[in-house]
Amino acid sequence: MENGAITQGEGKDPSGWLSEIIGHPVTVKLNSGVVYKGELQSVDGYMNIALEKTEEYVNGAKRRSYGDAFVRGNNVMYIAAD
Amino acid sequence: MADVAEEAPSVSEPLDLVRLLLDEVVFVKLRGDRELKGRLHAYDSHCNLVLGDVEETIYVVEDEENDEEVKTISRKSEMLFVRGDSVVLISPQSRIH
Repeated sequence: MENGAITQGEGKDPSGWLSEIIGHPVTVKLNSGVVYKGELQSVDGYMNIALEKTEEYVNGAKRRSYGDAFVRGNNVMYIAAD
Repeated sequence: MADVAEEAPSVSEPLDLVRLLLDEVVFVKLRGDRELKGRLHAYDSHCNLVLGDVEETIYVVEDEENDEEVKTISRKSEMLFVRGDSVVLISPQSRIH
């Protein structure tokens, strides 16, 4: 995270890719196994995430939907572009 | 300061979403199958939160000889400080279905 300010070639570092997929539908999996599907609004250096039109899946079954959701970065396992 | 530097829409970083929820009723998911509903009085970058008129819901799996049953426990508090490291998700209560 200390290197966050050093920009490499465009799209060559992981966070560069994250900023490319802002506004796109994504799947976010947490360490607990819970999955969120929604539109990626923003991400920061801690991998905190803001999602829009979010659906929550627990054990593959839809649990809830959130208009907006803030997810704290430490819980994130991966972010996949759909 | 930093968020003024760039041409900032109201949500340019994730915590801006939380800023917009100040004084609103929010839903907070915590580690350990706990949920809170309450009015957001304050937050910081660690996601430490101060909530008022809080209802806490705890989901407990009761394994009565493998007859697993999810029990919910509810409790209310007037004011609550939540340490940020247990926060998983924050969302406006009004837009949950």
